[in-house]
Amino acid sequence: MNIGKKFANFTGVLVIYIVTILFVVPQAFAAGDAKKPESQDWEFQGVFGKFDKPSIKRGLQVYVEVCSSCHSLDQVAYRNLLDIGLTVDEAKAVAEEFEVTDGPDGEGEMFERPARLSDKFVAPFSNENAARAANNGAYPPDLSLIAKAHPGGVDYVYSLLTGFKDEAPEGVEMGEDMSYNPYFPGKQISMAQPLYDDSVEYPDGTPATVAQMSWDMANFLHWTAEPEMEQRKSMGWKVVLFLLVLTALLYAVKRQTWAKLH
Amino acid sequence: MADHVNDTDEKPESRRDFLYLTTGGVAAVGGALALWPFIYSMNPSADVLALASTEVDLSPVEVGQSITVMWRGKPVFIRRRTEDEIKLASETPSDLPDPQKDSDRVVNPEWLVVVGVCTHLGCVPLGQGSTEPRGEWNGWFCPCHGSHYDISGRIRKGPAPDNLMVPEYKFLDESTIKIG
Amino acid sequence: MSSNIKQSESSGGGLVKWIDSRLPVFTYLQKEYGEFPAPRNFNYWWNFGAILTFMLVLMIFTGVFLAMQYTPHVDMAFDSVERIMRDVNYGWLLRYLHSNGGTFFFIAVYIHIFRGLYYGSYKNPRELLWMFGVTILLLMMATAFMGYVLPWGQMSFWGATVITNLFSAVPLVGDAIVTWLWGGFAVDNSTLNRFFSLHFLLPFVILGVVVLHVIALHVTGSNNPLGIDPKGPQDTIPFHPYYTAKDAFGLAVWITAFAAVVFFAPNFFGEPENYIKANPMQTPAEIVPEWYFLPYYAILRSIDFNLWFIDAKLGGVIAMFGSILVLFVVPWLDTSKVRSARFRPLYKWFFWILLLDCILLGYVGGHPPNEQVFKGVSWLEFIDLGHIGTAWYFFHFLILLPLLGRFEKTKPLPTSITESVLNSGDTSSGRPINSVEEA
Repeated sequence: MNIGKKFANFTGVLVIYIVTILFVVPQAFAAGDAKKPESQDWEFQGVFGKFDKPSIKRGLQVYVEVCSSCHSLDQVAYRNLLDIGLTVDEAKAVAEEFEVTDGPDGEGEMFERPARLSDKFVAPFSNENAARAANNGAYPPDLSLIAKAHPGGVDYVYSLLTGFKDEAPEGVEMGEDMSYNPYFPGKQISMAQPLYDDSVEYPDGTPATVAQMSWDMANFLHWTAEPEMEQRKSMGWKVVLFLLVLTALLYAVKRQTWAKLH
Repeated sequence: MADHVNDTDEKPESRRDFLYLTTGGVAAVGGALALWPFIYSMNPSADVLALASTEVDLSPVEVGQSITVMWRGKPVFIRRRTEDEIKLASETPSDLPDPQKDSDRVVNPEWLVVVGVCTHLGCVPLGQGSTEPRGEWNGWFCPCHGSHYDISGRIRKGPAPDNLMVPEYKFLDESTIKIG
Repeated sequence: MSSNIKQSESSGGGLVKWIDSRLPVFTYLQKEYGEFPAPRNFNYWWNFGAILTFMLVLMIFTGVFLAMQYTPHVDMAFDSVERIMRDVNYGWLLRYLHSNGGTFFFIAVYIHIFRGLYYGSYKNPRELLWMFGVTILLLMMATAFMGYVLPWGQMSFWGATVITNLFSAVPLVGDAIVTWLWGGFAVDNSTLNRFFSLHFLLPFVILGVVVLHVIALHVTGSNNPLGIDPKGPQDTIPFHPYYTAKDAFGLAVWITAFAAVVFFAPNFFGEPENYIKANPMQTPAEIVPEWYFLPYYAILRSIDFNLWFIDAKLGGVIAMFGSILVLFVVPWLDTSKVRSARFRPLYKWFFWILLLDCILLGYVGGHPPNEQVFKGVSWLEFIDLGHIGTAWYFFHFLILLPLLGRFEKTKPLPTSITESVLNSGDTSSGRPINSVEEA
């Protein structure tokens, strides 16, 4: 078959493949009728993406000071904080703010002790029922994986946190104790706006606007969801580069092997 | 292999062989590199390594008392020795099966910290509880094959070849040690 | 002593000969791959057998290492997977290789099947080869379905609930079957545990059927893009080194694409909802299976009407399984004497329409049935597209294939493979032939 035909074949197949990928595969755009989150420019995007560690550290502070009263972070251990730039002592200090139920001791009793680096983040409620009871029947979800669990990912987190409106638009009837947020599925969310300007005070002097805190939270939650990202991408471009070289070599071998036949 | 045209010129053949060799080499290296993560994944994971050290609060332990703590999945015997026991331990007879001075086995002579696993075949020796048999040297006695350990955890009699292992530990303060 | 052991005919040193005379692996490999005559005109669509073999080995390998770290209990499964992702050395790599490996496994298998449909590889004498292949597809689907339950996310649980509930459509014994499948009264720990056991087992069953598949292939020899039999050694080349080299190259291209996804877009093919722990009290807004099941899901949901005594639920189940079972009998449904679509101008068009139809069904499967296809156009819902897509699918296999064979005017076949290759693509050389076999 001549080159022209081969190319036409290949293009045709590629078109079909791309059409399939674009239409069949991504079933996750916005969830239901919620507004699609705006896409942001995150430092971690792209082949060489890296964590914005100062931002993540600020996000950690927002989590500990604001969110941890209702939201658990079950999958993250205090020792993981070493990966975002905290020293051992700083991480221990974060851990020691929380109390863990341990035991049984020699007498068979359970006891409370300050958390250690090897512990996972302590949840604010011991079980789902307790969480619901304290929050008007709504369950504040665990945040460890929220950036991966929602279509829109980190963009969704940022949009949601900055998307609270004081009043619902005309014609929308709000449920009792619900807040209006166009990005949330159903547009009404049980969580009241969690962040206001200066909700926290950043030790590095960064102004704690709602947008800034939301940005930092989004970075933090991206890290809790994908702590392996830097290693994955760093390994990734080396692997793909290696494979491209190997593919080129194997192509040469193929042509060489078939040379006598043509 | 398929027949090839006889080359009067050496170069194309050796170039071809070089290509095959290089490609084979690159592929082999790739294969080995690809295999590595699988093998390495079987090494202790981060959560296991996080429990590689244990901090122990020694304040509730009385003189003459022994406690057992878990460290890396194994029991560790901590004995707060009396004056007499310390004196006894400091004697180093010449016929020890595994000669070692007590001072080389402790950080603070009042506290003996040894891994409670018999060096013969791995049973947990008796002697922690005050009513348990402690062997002829008043240390520990392994019921499996009859090894006797002294008050420094050294093997005295029986099939065990080595003294009870002393783990790496340090005093964080007067009443806390960190093992591992 | 060694008097009744046949001398090995293999080349190679003493050790090779020693093993070979006792178990002729080397002679076998030499014969089946070193010398095996393969048509000289394979195109790159013929690479996918090797690619599939690689994917199966990869899935088993990653699966075994994952199984070292995974806990199949409802209280611990989700967390054990997260532990693999976070704490196990290279655990994230094992997991992403396995999850994306499944996706790429299905991409490859669908390409491989459509290759067979286009070039008539299922026709005499390769009917059994084809049927082994459909069996492998069924086993792959069962394996993938059960594997997806193991992480115990929302989609794991609810997908399992919906699909196992389908079996209640079976008349009389349906409910008993479902209870038996579940090992209880709902998808729960018993279900998870047995799915883990079976998910570990089935890939080895697949391996066995693959062996049968390849043996069957070696009995008949491979098909080729022209669909005409090799006439002699001038039409074939030894598999090694020609196709070992070509397969190695094709495999490298495939693995490069695979690596790009694993390292840079590992969740592209996945469902975000499955990163939420399974909650039997809360159903997700939309329950969708993995993309490779979407066409069947669309067919299942398209039967939303009763047919005589068969209610819609049962009808959907029959249609869904029927869509795969119909593949078994394709060698007999297609009555054409000509194998390759290259010489079947009408069939060629209908092949592409079938492919587009399957893509359409996949698209439909990912959307709620009563959602409007285009916002504002109220008279076209996804269920309508589902009806059309499903109808066309069965029309293609049950009506078109038999009729086309009888009425299609095929193009004249080339006299031989070599002749066609020498004429660089000019395929209408020699006298017009309408039969597969030339005298």
